[in-house]
Amino acid sequence: MYDQSSQPDGLPHGVGVGYKPQHFTDLREAPGPVEWIEVHAENYMGDGGRPHAQLRALSEQFALSVHGVGLSIGGDQPLDTDHLARLRTIMDRFSPASFSEHLAWSTHGAEFLNDLLPLPYTQATLDRVAAHIAQVQDTLGRQMLLENPSSYLAFAESTFTETDFLAALVEKTGCGLLLDVNNVFISATNLKLSPQAYIDAYPLDAVGEIHVGGHDEDHDDHGAPLLIDSHGAAVVDPVWALLDYTLVRSGPKPVLVEWDTDVPDWTTLRDEAARAATALAPALAI
Amino acid sequence: MTVTQDHFRKALLDPAAAVPEGLQDAQGAAAGRRYDVYRNNVVVSLSEAMIKAFPHVRSLLGEQNFDSLVPLFVRAHPPRTPLMMHYGAEFPAFLEAFEPLKHLGYLGDVARLDLALRASYHAADASPFDPSVLQQAPEILADAHLHLAPSSHVLRSRWPLFDLWRRAAQQDAPEPRPQGQAVLITRPEFDPVVHLLPAGGATWLGALAEQPIGSAVETATAAAPDFDFAANLTLALRSNAFCTPEKDLL
Repeated sequence: MYDQSSQPDGLPHGVGVGYKPQHFTDLREAPGPVEWIEVHAENYMGDGGRPHAQLRALSEQFALSVHGVGLSIGGDQPLDTDHLARLRTIMDRFSPASFSEHLAWSTHGAEFLNDLLPLPYTQATLDRVAAHIAQVQDTLGRQMLLENPSSYLAFAESTFTETDFLAALVEKTGCGLLLDVNNVFISATNLKLSPQAYIDAYPLDAVGEIHVGGHDEDHDDHGAPLLIDSHGAAVVDPVWALLDYTLVRSGPKPVLVEWDTDVPDWTTLRDEAARAATALAPALAI
Repeated sequence: MTVTQDHFRKALLDPAAAVPEGLQDAQGAAAGRRYDVYRNNVVVSLSEAMIKAFPHVRSLLGEQNFDSLVPLFVRAHPPRTPLMMHYGAEFPAFLEAFEPLKHLGYLGDVARLDLALRASYHAADASPFDPSVLQQAPEILADAHLHLAPSSHVLRSRWPLFDLWRRAAQQDAPEPRPQGQAVLITRPEFDPVVHLLPAGGATWLGALAEQPIGSAVETATAAAPDFDFAANLTLALRSNAFCTPEKDLL
């Protein structure tokens, strides 16, 4: 088992942004409210060059969150131990304050499908994902955070709600959670649930980080709204409101603004970060 | 109804396949378009990775042609690792075997150049080469070894690869010459640079992996009688092609 006493301090209870290389200079010179950054682990799994040099420089100025997108923790096959070893190398090289991954699968056989694919919430899935989380935490020697997905559909076979499923994983593995409130809003809209009821049922004590981001709007075959996670636009007002709703109940947390496609200039992203800082202020004042 | 990951995967890259049963909306109706979100995400995200990965192939082929070609490639060759920085290794052979592009036989080598540029960008950092090594007496120098940096790559082509690269990278570049060319890719700091290698240069740099300077020159001269040692050495030094291996730093 990983030793909880050697756990890194975690991220500051302030605002972070998803780091994009085109913002390197602006972010360093004019960070505004930004206290920490998040990077996708897989982008730093080369052997050297600019990505490593930039991350070393940024680590001196900002707390660092490493967010994996390729571990396929929900896969119905053993975890890729080569990939786990690469994650371990990143932890050793950059000593991030936090490591997180997704409740999803992306590898099938030897194929990597480059998307976060959904899981049925059953006892069999719970046992498998819990075993994988334990393996990750043991290999990395630290707690990991697990992020809730954006759902576009449901599995008829599911026997748990998502919140019960996540709570059971926390209970079984001691992992923490990354609460993506944009994903909550997307899933609740797509599956006709109440996003506030989701937050009410969510194990907020386990939250080590919160995400907000943008999404796209589409429709299903019956004309019902179908929101699609894109990280390609500004955060919409209902998601900001859901963040407020969450922070009132959770108290202050590290809050990240994600913007991964159609990445805007630094000023626009910094304005989003400033809005997140405003949302955090009341929670920090208590 | 259990939807295994095998079921889910089978329909994912096949737009004609039926959506797996057991996936549904909030009312319990079949998922339909909702499943297509995943189909679309996979093909679009992989296609976007290809667009970033092969800018010179895209420039020569035309954006529209390239963008309509890549979904065929990504469905046939999904990545074999989560390291997207290495995605597309099968693309050169795919281009060469693709009947409608048979008349553009050089695209495979341009794709190899794009792969090598990316490999160079992510290659390990290395200690700079110490040129004082070259100030030794000629007979000692002949027995010395030179080491290519991990970010240095040599590519030979029966096509004018350097000219094709320049044509792809710069709008006003001259027409490619009708000749085979070899190129050297180096990474002086963070950005890879492409150089045209003089005659015998690729053979010489390749031979240096196993031979000392002197016999590598003999190998290169045997392969290319007009091999110019001074010109090749100057290019390699000026472009930071060499490094000092860790074992020599002690």
